[in-house]
Amino acid sequence: MKANSFSFNEHEVIHELKHYLPAQAPLKDFIHHNTLHAFQKLNFKDGVRSASEILGYRSSLSLSDFRAEYENGAIKPEVLDRVIIEKKGEANLAEWRKKALTHEYENNALPRIGALRANWKKQYRIDLDSLVQPILFRILCSYLDQGISIWNFPIREKTFLASFREMEGNTFTSFFRRKRAKKLLLESTCEIADLLKILVGDESLYERYLFDQQFSHSGWSGMVSTIEDQPYTILDPRKLSMHDLIVFELLLEIDALDFSLGKNWKPLSERLINRPTELFADVPETEMHEVLFMWQRAFEKSYHDQVLAGLIMQKNTKEIIEKKSFQAMFCIDDRECSLRRYLEEFDSNCETFGTPGFFGVEFYYQPEGGKFYTKVCPAPVIPKFLIKGIGADKREKDLYFAKQSHSFYSGWLISQTLGFWSAFLLFLNIFKPSMGPATASSFKHMSKNSQLTIENKNPEDRENDLQIGFAVEEMTNRVEGLLKSIGLVKDFASIVYVVGHGSSSVNNPHYAAYDCGACSGRAGSVNARVISSMANHKVVREKLRERGIDIPESTQFIGGLHDTTRDEIVFFDENSLSKLNLENHNKNEVIFAKSLDYNAKERSRRFVSVQSHLSPSTIHEQIRIRSVSLFEPRPELNHATNALCVVGRRELTKHLFLDRRAFMNSYDYHIDPEGKFLHNILNAVAPVCGGINLEYFFSRVDNQKLGAGTKLPHNVMGLFGVANGIDGDLRPGLPSQMIEVHDPVRLMVIVEHYPDVVLQTIQKKPETYEWFINDWVILTVIHPDTHKLHYFSDGKFTDYEPIIKKIDIALDIKSIVESHLENLPVYALS
Amino acid sequence: MISFFEFFVLLPFLGFIVSVLLPSKNENLLSRWSFFSIGVHLFSFQVFLIYWLVQGHPTLDLKDLVLYKTDGYEFFIDFYFDAITAVYIFVGSVLTFLVTVYSRYYLHREVGYKRFFNTILFFYIGYNLVVLSGNLETLFIGWEILGISSFLLIAFYRDRYLPVKNAVKVFSIYRIADVGLILAMWAIHHLFHQNITFANMHDVQLVEEHLRTHSWIGVFISLMFLISAAAKSAQLPFSSWLPRAMEGPTPSSAIFYGSLSVHLGVFILLRTYAFWEHQLSVRILIGLVGLTTAIIATGIARVQSSVKSQIAYASVAQIGLIFIEVAAGWWILALIHFAGNAFLRTYQLLVSPSVVSYLIREQFYNFAPRLRSIEDSFPKKLKYTLYILCVKEWNLDSMMYRFLWNPVKWAGQKVDFLTFKRVLFFFIPIYLISLFLIYNRDSEWIPESIEHYLPILFSTIGLICVLKAFTERKHARMSWLLVIMNHFWVALAISFNENFTFNQIHLYLSGIAVAGVLGFLCLRRLVSIEGNIDLDQFHGHSYKHPKIALVFLLACLGAMGFPITPTFIGEDLIFSHIHEDQIFLAFFTALSFIIDGLAIIRIYARVFLGPHSKSVYEMAYRSS
Repeated sequence: MKANSFSFNEHEVIHELKHYLPAQAPLKDFIHHNTLHAFQKLNFKDGVRSASEILGYRSSLSLSDFRAEYENGAIKPEVLDRVIIEKKGEANLAEWRKKALTHEYENNALPRIGALRANWKKQYRIDLDSLVQPILFRILCSYLDQGISIWNFPIREKTFLASFREMEGNTFTSFFRRKRAKKLLLESTCEIADLLKILVGDESLYERYLFDQQFSHSGWSGMVSTIEDQPYTILDPRKLSMHDLIVFELLLEIDALDFSLGKNWKPLSERLINRPTELFADVPETEMHEVLFMWQRAFEKSYHDQVLAGLIMQKNTKEIIEKKSFQAMFCIDDRECSLRRYLEEFDSNCETFGTPGFFGVEFYYQPEGGKFYTKVCPAPVIPKFLIKGIGADKREKDLYFAKQSHSFYSGWLISQTLGFWSAFLLFLNIFKPSMGPATASSFKHMSKNSQLTIENKNPEDRENDLQIGFAVEEMTNRVEGLLKSIGLVKDFASIVYVVGHGSSSVNNPHYAAYDCGACSGRAGSVNARVISSMANHKVVREKLRERGIDIPESTQFIGGLHDTTRDEIVFFDENSLSKLNLENHNKNEVIFAKSLDYNAKERSRRFVSVQSHLSPSTIHEQIRIRSVSLFEPRPELNHATNALCVVGRRELTKHLFLDRRAFMNSYDYHIDPEGKFLHNILNAVAPVCGGINLEYFFSRVDNQKLGAGTKLPHNVMGLFGVANGIDGDLRPGLPSQMIEVHDPVRLMVIVEHYPDVVLQTIQKKPETYEWFINDWVILTVIHPDTHKLHYFSDGKFTDYEPIIKKIDIALDIKSIVESHLENLPVYALS
Repeated sequence: MISFFEFFVLLPFLGFIVSVLLPSKNENLLSRWSFFSIGVHLFSFQVFLIYWLVQGHPTLDLKDLVLYKTDGYEFFIDFYFDAITAVYIFVGSVLTFLVTVYSRYYLHREVGYKRFFNTILFFYIGYNLVVLSGNLETLFIGWEILGISSFLLIAFYRDRYLPVKNAVKVFSIYRIADVGLILAMWAIHHLFHQNITFANMHDVQLVEEHLRTHSWIGVFISLMFLISAAAKSAQLPFSSWLPRAMEGPTPSSAIFYGSLSVHLGVFILLRTYAFWEHQLSVRILIGLVGLTTAIIATGIARVQSSVKSQIAYASVAQIGLIFIEVAAGWWILALIHFAGNAFLRTYQLLVSPSVVSYLIREQFYNFAPRLRSIEDSFPKKLKYTLYILCVKEWNLDSMMYRFLWNPVKWAGQKVDFLTFKRVLFFFIPIYLISLFLIYNRDSEWIPESIEHYLPILFSTIGLICVLKAFTERKHARMSWLLVIMNHFWVALAISFNENFTFNQIHLYLSGIAVAGVLGFLCLRRLVSIEGNIDLDQFHGHSYKHPKIALVFLLACLGAMGFPITPTFIGEDLIFSHIHEDQIFLAFFTALSFIIDGLAIIRIYARVFLGPHSKSVYEMAYRSS
C-alpha cells in the first residue's frame, strides 16, 4: 500500500477502524474481554455515553428497568439519595429524585453511525445492504471456512483478493453482475481511494463512509480484523485482511449500483445535502444521561455497600487450625466461591485458596496425536514452553457429523439406514440423555492416564522454538511465585490439592466461554498437574527451602479438575500418594463429594426445571443429566451475576455469604509488604475479571447489538462463529441464555493492603491503571490495621463509611438457597 | 373404524384451541398441554395403526361433511387412509411429539414461548388434514394452514429484519404452490364435472374415459400438481427458499424444513399418482425435475460453509431422488426414503450446534491442510465456474426475483397513476353501475357482444387493483382497500360470466366484507395512535401493539380466503364458474389471487413486523 499524498490515509483509517470493531476471536478461542475496549481511554461514564450515541449501543439498563429494580428493592432509596446528593448537592435532592423516579425522557435521535451511507436509499431508493451483504457474507464464509464445506475454497495459499483475481480471470461466470467491477478487479490495482472516488467522490467523506460500511456488518468485519491480527486463532490459516475485505466490498457495491441503476448514478457526495455530524465529535451529556448514570451508580452501590458493610463487620481474628486435614487451591473464578464455602463447612480443618487457574505455569500443551499446540495460560502471555502428553484415550466418532450424508449416493444410503437409527437416538437423547461423542467435556482435554513431559533435563530438547518442559530453576521460580502470591508459605497440610476447572456441555457453540479464562478458554487440568508435579519435585523443594519455603517431606501436591457444569472432581496421579496420604485422600474425597452435592444444590436454585428442595444427591444427578442434554441451552450459568473481586486473606470473606458473585484471589499482605505480588495479581485481575465482568455487563444491557441475542436460532458459520439464519451477520458477544440473570454492575475489586502501597502498585503499569483511573472497575482498599475502608476515585483514596450499618445473619443458608430464585443479599454466616 | 378419522384431525384442533386460551405466563401448562395433546394423538394413532394392519390394511374413504351444495357443485370434506397416509402420520406424529418435548426445555424463558407452541399445534392440524385428506378441497384447507404456520414460524423473531424478509419470501413461493392447486382443482372440476376424490382417481376407467377426449387438460392438471409439489418440496427452480426458512428456533426449523413440511410435495405426487400414472411424458418430467435438483443441490450442498444451509441442500437433493422414485412408481421405496430422510435431517439439525466442538476436536487430531476433493481434478476454468455457481446457488434466489416478482413490480409501477382519490372516484362509480346492471340483468341493457368481454375486463381491473396494492409505498390503508376491492371485481367478473344465483356471490363476499372492515378499522386505529404508516419500510408495530397485530392478522386471513370464513368455499365456487376454454380468465383470476395474498402479507409484514422503527436502541442490527 503506497502512502497517499492527499488527506485520506488508508493505513490510518484501517488501523482506526480495527480499533473499534468487535475483537472476539473464533469460537474455539472465546475469551472474555471488555466489549467496549475502544472507549476505555475515556472515563467509564463518558465512554459508554459516546459508544451509545456514536455506534447506537444501549449502554445501561433502561429507565423503566432501573425503576423496576427500585420497586423490588434491589436499588435502595437511601443509596439513590446518597448518589444524588454526591452529584447534585443536598439542595437539589428532591428535584432530581423526582426526575429519576418519574420523568419520561424521549430518545428518538438516531445513532451517528450509518448516517452517510443511508443516503443511497434516500437518493436512489436502493437498498445496497441487501444487494451486497448476502453474497459478501457467503464468500467470506466460504473463504474462511474451517471444515464445514466438503468442497472447500478452490484456491490455496493466496490472499483473499488475489484468489478472486485468479478466479474471476478463469471462469465462464462471475460473482459480479456487470462488467465494470470485474474489470476494476482484474485490470487495476484496486486502490481503496480510487474505488471510493467512484462511490463517494468527496475525499473528506472517505473515512466516514468506510466506518458506516464496516459497521453495517460489524460481526464479519470484527472477525476478519481479529483473524488478520491473530492468525493462529484458526487451525487452517487464511490470508485475509481488512484491506482486502474493504476493496472487495467496494467492488461489490459498485457492481450492485451498476446493476440496479445502470449509468444513472453519481458519487454519493454529489447529491448530498447535509453533511452528517462528525462521527467522533464530542457527545454532550444530556439530562437523560445524567439520570441514567445516577441510577447505574445507585444500582451498583446498593449491592457493593452491603458487601463492604459485611466485610468490616467481621471480627478479624485469625483462626488457628490445629491440625490441617488438607489444603486446596482453586481458580479465582466466581464459580468456585460456593464450593470452597461448603468444603470449609464440612471439614473445618481444611483450608482453601484462590488464584488464577493456570496456577502460574504458562505453556503450550499438545496431547498425543494432536496436530496443534494449545495455549493454556492467559491470552496476553506468550509462553516459551511446551508440555506434551503421552498416552491418550480412544476418541469416539459420530457418523451424524460425517459429511457422507450430504452427498448424492451415500446420502441415499445413509438416509434409509442411519436415518431410522437417528429417530431412536433422538428418542434416547430426549428421554435419557447421556454423554456422547458430540459432548464438549472438560475431561477430554487431557487423558487421566497420560504422562506429561514436565521436566526439562536438556535445554536442547526443543520443538518449533519452544522448550519441552521446564528446567529445575524455572520450576522453582514458578512454585515460589504461586505460593507467595497466595500467602501459603508455611503450615502445609499433608495433602495440597491444586484444582483447575473446566465444563461440559453439548449443542453449545460457545463451549470455550464456559472453560477457564486464565487458560485461554481451556480446562485447567494440565496446569494443575504440572504445578503439582513441580511442587513435589525433590530438587525444587530443596531450592524452595533456601528461599524460605519449607514444605515438609510428607506433604504431597496433587492435581485435580473441577467440572463446573457437572460438579464433579477428578484427581490425577493418585497412585503417587504415600500410603498415609492415600488414606487421608480417601477420607477427603468423601468431603469433596458431599460438598459437590451441596454445591449442585445451591446452583440449582437458579434453574426453574430443578426442584431445589430435593436432596442434594438427587439434584446433583439432575444437574449431571442437564450437562449432556441436547435441549438444554443453559447447562450452567457461568459468570452470570459476578460483581466482586476480593484480593486478600480468606479470613476476610469466610463468614460472608457472597452468593457465588465474587472472584477470590488469596493474598497475604504480610508476605508482600512492597506489593510485588500484588502488582502481578492486579495486572491479571483487571483485564481478566474486569473483562469478564464488562462482557457480561454489555451483553446484558444490549443483548441485540453487543451480545449474540438468543442462541436458539443460531447457525454455525464455518466453525468460527454463529449467525442467525444463513444470511445474517456474525453475532459476537454472549447469547441471552448466558446473561439473562446477570445484574449489570461493574466489578468492585477489594484489596487488603495499605492504601499507599496499593496506589503505587496500580500506577506501575499504564494499561492496568487505565482500568482503575477511568472507573471501568471500582477499587476499594481495606486497611489491614485500622480495618477501615478507602474508596478510589479521581486518582486518590478517600475514606468510605458504608450506608448500611448492619447486614442480616443467615441462620440456615441451605434453606434460603432452596426457596429463592433471585439474587440474594449479603448475609453473615452464623 | 372409519369414524376414527375425524378424531385424528379434531384432536390437534382441540389441542390448538385450548393452547390459545392458556395464559402465556405459564410455560409449564402450555408445554404440558402440547405434550399431552400430541402424545394422545401419537398413542391413539399407534393403536389405530395396529388395528388397521390386523384388519389387513384396507384403503378407507370417508365422505365426512358436505359444506355446500348446489346443482352440479358440491363442496365436501373427505378423508382417505392408506399406506401413504399411515407412513406420513406415523413419521409426523413421532417427530412432532419428540420435538415438542425437546422444545419444552429448549424454549424456556423465550419471549414467544406461547406463540411457538400455538404455532406448532396449528401446523399439526394442517399436517394431519393434508395427509388424511380425501379430496383436493380438504387437502387445500390443510395446505393453507401449513402456509400460514410456516410464515409465522419463520418470522418467529419478528423484531428482526431478516426473519421477516425471509418469511415473506417463503410465503410467496408457497403461494405459487397454492395456485397450482387451485388451477388443478378448476381443471379437474371441468374434466369430471364434479369434485372428485382421491379414491375416484384410482378408478382407472373413470380417469381414462375423461382423459381420452381431453388429454391436454390431463397434462395441464399433472403439471399443476408438479408445480405445487416442486414449490413445496423445494425442487428446482424453487430450491433457494429452504435454507432461507431456517430463521426460527432450531427445533422448528428441524421439524418443518428438515422433515415434515418439505416432504409434502412428495405427498402430493404420491397421492395423485393414480391420475398421472399413464402419462408417460409427465412421469419423465417429474423424474427429470428430481434428477436435476438432486445434481444441482448436491453441488450447492458441497460448498456450503454454514451447517444449516448444508443440511437443507443435502435434504433437497435427497427429495430430488425421492421424486425420481415416485415417478418410477416405486412408491414403497419412496416412503421408506421419506421416513429415513425426515428422521435424519431432524436429528442433524437438532445437533447442529454441536458441530463446532466435535469437528474442531476431530480436526485437532486429524488435520490435513486443505482437504482435496473430487473437484480438484477438474480443469481449472470449469472448476472455478462450478464453484462460483454453487456458491451463488446457481442464481436461484435472484432468478425468483427476476422472473416472478420484478415483472409484478414493473406492472404495478405502470399503474402508479392511481391515487387514493382516483381510485375512489373512478372505480367505485363504475362498480356501482355495473352492480346495478347485473342485478337488472334480465332487462338486457347491455348488448351481448359487449357483455361477453366484461368478465375479462373486470378481472383485469381486479388485477390492476392488486398490482397497485402490491407496489403501493405510501398508504397502508389504500393498499388494504385495493386488495379488498379486487375480490369485489372478481365477483363481478364471474357474475357476468355465467348466470347463477347471487347467493354464491354473497357467500364469497361475506367473509371478505367482514375481514375488510375489520382490517380497515385496525389500520385506522393504528394510524390514529402512531401517525401515518407508509409501506416503504418495516415498522414493527407488533412490538407496541400486539393485540391490534393479532386482530389484523385474523382480518388478513379472512381476506385471503383462509378457511375461517365462508369465502374459502366461495373461492372454489367462483372457479367452478370459469369455463374450461376461458384459460385467460382462469389465469387472470388465479394471478390476482396470488398477488392478492402477497399484497396482504406484505401489508401485515411491513406494518406490524420487523424492527420497531421507533425503538432503534432496542432493536438488533438489520444485518443480523
